[in-house]
Amino acid sequence: MSDIKKIKDDYIDRLKTENNIEKVNNIKSELFGKNGIISNEFKKLGSISVEERKKLASDLNNIKDELQNKISIKIQEIETKEINLKLEKEKIDVTLPERNIEIGKIHPVSQVIDEISSIFSEIGFSVEEGPDVENEYNNFTALNTPDNHPARDMHDTFYLDNNKELLLRTHTSPVQVRTMLKGKPPFKIIAPGRTYRSDSDQTHAPMFHQVEGLHIDKNINMGHLKGCLNYFIKEFFEVDKIKMRFRPSHFPFTEPSAEVDIGYEINNGKIVIGEGNKWLEILGCGMVHPNVLKNVNVNPSKYQGYAFGIGIDRLGMLKYGINDLRAFFETDYRWLSHFGFDPLDVPSNYRGLSR
Amino acid sequence: MKFTVDWLKNHLDTKFNNNQIIDKLTNIGLEVESFESSTSELDTFIVAKIINAKTHPNADRLKLCDVDIGSDKTIEVVCGAPNAKNGLLTVYAPPGSIIPKNQMKLSVSKIRGVTSYGMLCSESELLLSNESDGIIELKNNKYENKIGEKYFKNTSEKVIDLSITPNRPDCLGVRGIARDLSAAGAGKLKINKKSNLKYIGNQNINVIIKKEKAQGCTIFGSCLIKGLTNKESPKWLKDKILSLGQKPISAIVDITNYVMFDLNRPLHAYDADKIDNEIIVRSSSKGESFEALDNKKYILENDMCVISDRSGVLGLGGIIGGTRSGTEYSTKNILLESAYFLPRSIRKTSKQLNIDTDAKFRFERGIDPLSIEEGLIKASELIKQICGGEISNLDVKKIENYKKTIINFDPFLFEKTTGFNVENKELIKILEKLGFNVSKNKKILKLVVPSWRPDITQPIDIVEEIVRIKGYEHINTSEPIKTRLKPTLNYYQKLFHFLQRSVASKGYLETVTWSFTDSKINQLFKENDEEIPIVNPISSDLNVLRNSIFPNLIFYLKKNLDRGFKDISLFEIGPSFKGKNPGDQLTVIGAVRAGKVSRLSWNDKERIVDTFDVKKDVIQSLYEAGINKDDIIIDDRTPSYYHPGKSGGVYQNKKEKNAIAYFGEIHPNIIKKLDIKTEGLVIFEICLDYIKESKQKIKDSKSEYKFSDYQKSERDFAFIINKNFKSQELVNIIKSVDNKLIKSVRVFDVFEGENIPERKKSIAVNVTIQSEEKTLNENDLDNINKLIISSVESKSGAKIRS
Repeated sequence: MSDIKKIKDDYIDRLKTENNIEKVNNIKSELFGKNGIISNEFKKLGSISVEERKKLASDLNNIKDELQNKISIKIQEIETKEINLKLEKEKIDVTLPERNIEIGKIHPVSQVIDEISSIFSEIGFSVEEGPDVENEYNNFTALNTPDNHPARDMHDTFYLDNNKELLLRTHTSPVQVRTMLKGKPPFKIIAPGRTYRSDSDQTHAPMFHQVEGLHIDKNINMGHLKGCLNYFIKEFFEVDKIKMRFRPSHFPFTEPSAEVDIGYEINNGKIVIGEGNKWLEILGCGMVHPNVLKNVNVNPSKYQGYAFGIGIDRLGMLKYGINDLRAFFETDYRWLSHFGFDPLDVPSNYRGLSR
Repeated sequence: MKFTVDWLKNHLDTKFNNNQIIDKLTNIGLEVESFESSTSELDTFIVAKIINAKTHPNADRLKLCDVDIGSDKTIEVVCGAPNAKNGLLTVYAPPGSIIPKNQMKLSVSKIRGVTSYGMLCSESELLLSNESDGIIELKNNKYENKIGEKYFKNTSEKVIDLSITPNRPDCLGVRGIARDLSAAGAGKLKINKKSNLKYIGNQNINVIIKKEKAQGCTIFGSCLIKGLTNKESPKWLKDKILSLGQKPISAIVDITNYVMFDLNRPLHAYDADKIDNEIIVRSSSKGESFEALDNKKYILENDMCVISDRSGVLGLGGIIGGTRSGTEYSTKNILLESAYFLPRSIRKTSKQLNIDTDAKFRFERGIDPLSIEEGLIKASELIKQICGGEISNLDVKKIENYKKTIINFDPFLFEKTTGFNVENKELIKILEKLGFNVSKNKKILKLVVPSWRPDITQPIDIVEEIVRIKGYEHINTSEPIKTRLKPTLNYYQKLFHFLQRSVASKGYLETVTWSFTDSKINQLFKENDEEIPIVNPISSDLNVLRNSIFPNLIFYLKKNLDRGFKDISLFEIGPSFKGKNPGDQLTVIGAVRAGKVSRLSWNDKERIVDTFDVKKDVIQSLYEAGINKDDIIIDDRTPSYYHPGKSGGVYQNKKEKNAIAYFGEIHPNIIKKLDIKTEGLVIFEICLDYIKESKQKIKDSKSEYKFSDYQKSERDFAFIINKNFKSQELVNIIKSVDNKLIKSVRVFDVFEGENIPERKKSIAVNVTIQSEEKTLNENDLDNINKLIISSVESKSGAKIRS
């Protein structure tokens, strides 16, 4: 028995220093192979007395377990070492650049249109559209701006024919006319889109964007107009409070008419909306003129409501600190990358208007 | 409309200070554009100090002075004055200044080879004295701290500049503004003094207003003033004219202008001695001409309202007078005209001849037809006071009588429109102060509209008057009504939104370009569409509506390439025009991609962008926007601006005439013509209007979830096939062998050349076969394989590669 113990100790010593997986496997078969030392010892058990056998078998089993345990630990140890060594050799420089990322952007005008649509959607407006080319009637006459009316001078119009019958719409208001002509009241729509005036300098572009709003029902009054725009401006600029001023003005297609100013101040060279003592004109609005309602077959003694028109580009410039209107339409790759929005930035109520 | 507070106070008794007046004006709809001192030609002259005066290198008698004008840098001025010396404080005139003595405008000039920026002035040059021997020497103690400031103090009164909306002609005169302010509680409108003018004799120049169909004049009032002495206007009058931003001319002209701005009553003065016998107000005939007071000769069309005498046209009524009958300093007798011209006629004539004058601006908006006499009297009084003379009786000829406008107004309309209530008493007070005559008939107010308010014709106009004067701040802010009448976006609006963001997510920058473009570039992309020229384009290279988005996209792509960008992906979503009528437009996405993929990549091989890059972008975008995969068919018919061999169209089904999208390389001729320097250029376009609206909402279109757990097998086949045979068809043939068992067919290799006969190609496909009922055995699979091979061979003429 003591021989066995000695053998066990010898082998444990050998295992300690062994680092080669093959040699460990050799040891394993030396001990537990067909004619292995331990295997042979077990074979001897048959030739001894029952009493002794019990004792010896128990000892042998312990020794066997211990050795086997040591061997498998050793094997694992060596294998881990080998894997680690292999992985060490496979190490790469993870600071090398990833494959090229191609980042697309949404133009600020589109983003602002989506923001506006999202805000008005919350209070039940739907989106309407109209063509860029309009006839003289929808753009002017139906909107209570007859031929030879001086108000037409305020619109430098692009014409497509010499009779001045066809033109590029000078505002989004003709969508009011189209919407009301093809449907029945009530109406509750916004209509964003391209508009055109033959005007081109640092602050005017021959093409720009407007959003028209129209709400016609039985009892819509100027209080609702004020409430709607107050809500919109607050939501759009993402501020809690907004200083807003309604100022009487004149548009042929609304009466009474108003221009709306919002308060601002210049802080560190940046415009801060909603505070300060300066006023910035941002939109025109009013109660739809009864003449317009008559022109689109809506009875003005039954229905009334408001309309407004907002310059989209200008709103975007104010909100996102863009100085130059002309740059909106010049397709400078640097500008588009800088001011553009990630396509995943879809303005919505639950996720927020902007990040 | 410009005026001073002083002038306003001629008509308004007010305790308001300037700021209160300014605020009130804005609050009642008379928007204040500015409130500042009128600019003067003398504003440019500033106090300056000579820092260093040295001798001019090329002229002993000239000096070269470094002058401190209060800015960061000194200015170099050449000066001939003997007294120019270091440290001298003097007056500097920058380039652009007008020298009072000779009215010369200074410019930057070289004097004996040295550039002089402006000039140092003598007293004589500034008309301060006759001293011309040297430049002004300013006292040190007084001016040392004023370097850079204006030398001449602007003593003129501050001028209010109002932006008057086109509906308010009455506020194009100071009195009208005063009336509005008085109604709004800013003071009391002064009552006009009764005139005690003595009239001597009759106006004996005969006036005829011809009764013609197109007659643009309905009233012609006049009087003669005889024996006057025309002269320079007195200072008070000059100051008024200057405050309007105009130049004083002579007392007679200044007075007529003054009355126009004071009462909004345009007048015209003729030299009575230059009128040939009589005044005939008539319509012009084509070809008549006259020389106007702006020193231009106008050739008239038919039916323009002219004031003429027996010799011909004297002037265009209500627009501009002529030189033939103009007043001069030597004028002794004048005929003063105060008339009413129809707005339509004025507008038409002035548009045709392209003339804009203060009188035209007023008549076209509507002058008070009852102000004829008032204007004549006010001007006559001033002329008599300043120039002397005898005034004849007033002569008023008319062919139409003024009709009062009467409105029956139900005060309830006010509350119904504005949402708040104003007591009847206050409402009536406001209207009366605005000049309405108010009488009550039960609940209804009968209103006589003042003759100076042609804009007021119906009850809603009255609502506006009251709410504007009462103040918009009284309107409540109601909570928004959230009721929804229909969904925010329709199918195509959603499609727009999805495709826009889907394309952007493929790495494209969205741009917005003009809806118009250069016809020369448009020509290359317009196919069979008609060209749509703009009659009055902003410039000759933006002269047509775009028939395609590409002319602009390519133009700007080129600009960005020129900026040094190499890899560019751009797109725009917007209108492309098919005709010039409203609605002849399509909503289109156009996208361009230039340069390389994986440029300068350390681990990928870089390559030029190709057709299959944009094919992926367009197909993936369509899928993402909800277009059904199985509906899509690719064809090689494309517009002529695409490379004929490397482009394709995407159709929603075989019979559809219009492709929903195209993709591919741009035609090499176009790249050459437009001189685009890039390694590769591919484009795609999607036409939203041609996409068929899916009737099913997503909640209805999800089919039953089915899947098979039986083993699937993959088999590869390679066919030798005609080069022109489309892989799409091959795939369809294989799929149609057994739609149930063949789950997918994927082309994984296409090869031409070695070992492949000419005009043939080898296509290798991988076919996945799986049953939903059992595991297929070798026999089953062999049968399908054989079927695939025989179908392909018989239907396409291909041969299986062994």
